Amino acid sequence: MTDSADYVHWWGLLAAPMLLAALAYAAAAGSAVLAARASGAPAAAALTAPAREAAGLLLRRPRTVPGADTLLRRLGVATVPVAAVMAALVVPLGGRSVTDLSIGVVWFNAMEVLLWAGVWTAGWGANSVWGLVGGYRFLIQGLSYELPHMFALTTAALGAGSLRVGEIAAAQQGLWFALVMPVAFAVYLVSTLAMSFWPPFDQPLGADIAGGAAAEPTGADRLVLLAGRHLMLAAAAAMAVPLFLGGGSGPLLPGWLWSAVKAAAVLALLVWAGSRLPAVRMDRFAEVGWVVLLPLVLLQALAVSVFVVAGWM
Amino acid sequence: MAEWAVFVVCALAAVAAAVAVFRVDSMARATFALLASFVFTAVPVLLLDLAYLGVLIVLMMTMEMVVMAVFMIMFMMNPAGLMPMTMVHNNKGALAISGAVFCVLAAGALLVPWPREPAPPPPADPTLQLGKAIMGGHMMVMMVAGLVLFATMVAGVVLATGRGRYDRYGDDLRGRPDDPIRGGVGR
Repeated sequence: MTDSADYVHWWGLLAAPMLLAALAYAAAAGSAVLAARASGAPAAAALTAPAREAAGLLLRRPRTVPGADTLLRRLGVATVPVAAVMAALVVPLGGRSVTDLSIGVVWFNAMEVLLWAGVWTAGWGANSVWGLVGGYRFLIQGLSYELPHMFALTTAALGAGSLRVGEIAAAQQGLWFALVMPVAFAVYLVSTLAMSFWPPFDQPLGADIAGGAAAEPTGADRLVLLAGRHLMLAAAAAMAVPLFLGGGSGPLLPGWLWSAVKAAAVLALLVWAGSRLPAVRMDRFAEVGWVVLLPLVLLQALAVSVFVVAGWM
Repeated sequence: MAEWAVFVVCALAAVAAAVAVFRVDSMARATFALLASFVFTAVPVLLLDLAYLGVLIVLMMTMEMVVMAVFMIMFMMNPAGLMPMTMVHNNKGALAISGAVFCVLAAGALLVPWPREPAPPPPADPTLQLGKAIMGGHMMVMMVAGLVLFATMVAGVVLATGRGRYDRYGDDLRGRPDDPIRGGVGR
């Protein structure tokens, strides 16, 4: 952890959560605009809808049911945004991240997995059957998509020969990994939607179970849980840039701006896909993860390993 | 000095969380107390410059404990803590076993020949060195053991599954499966 090349940008500890929050708000506003346009409502008003909804949640009185496990519920809800911000600490903007750990990719994945514990305990602690069903749904989804997700991350690390996110971005000066390993990139995007329970993978918060893991949390708790989910999607979209899209490299503009533009583009793609793709039942999604995505990404990892051994990368 | 402070805090917190596993009256709390204990254990591993192993402990233990919570709540008594429950059974035997294990581990820590002063410079990649120190010439044995463990898991799942392929496809294993719920890829 204290390699010579490891460092911490202390000011980044302030800036990174704010940038991530801006990206997360853009995701919320974008999905609100898409929903408004689909229903024929004025799209401009939808831009501020998430802010109004957040303000409303802050003013709402918290509500709990008897027998709720307050400690676990609070911890679970708080874990969701905290894990997202911690994951974002290793994501570089241009060439600079808050800290470029020697095992940054593993760190990022560990923080994503903390989300499972957070959503499950939030669902369990609320002492509501809907919350618990939502928590269990997220576990199944996480288990089914974690392995494809992990192998997509591993494939990018394999191509660069390093688990350090900065070195992975630097290894793509010639050719972006999205072109070298398109299957891994596609699997990363799909599994990212699943890992941050974003539509069409939002069955853990499904309307058929009255909101699932978010059924019971009200007021500030609900705001923290839902904001955390947006933060996680934003962090994962930003992570796609150093892993597959060449980091901050690009003509004319400075590196940090390229990073931001690419992250916003990936996020827009994810939000748009989420609003366009139909929700499919959990059991179908789970099988797609195991039977389709996992073999595909393993073959991609094999191909990249051959490239590396043959010296083509 | 800062490293010592972090170590002491995390060591005490790990032990306290481990004690909590046996004191709380809900299976969910016991599971996540155990997870907290593992996470606090990961921090001293990070202090040893074993970054990969430390973060991997957090990653694997979070997954394991969350999956374990599902099974514990499925199979154990009183998952929600609505009635008194205890995680402790066979108190005298357990005390003797845990005391003996503690003595063996403590003796190992005290008796191992630690390097004398001046300490040698830390290796460039402590994770690699630790792996070589633990496995060394036994890499083959470890890999075979890993395969045996994996085969055991698969066999356990196959034995435990309620509906095997003969139930799904019939005695001649031909034709379309007879599934109450179709999967996602149209089988």
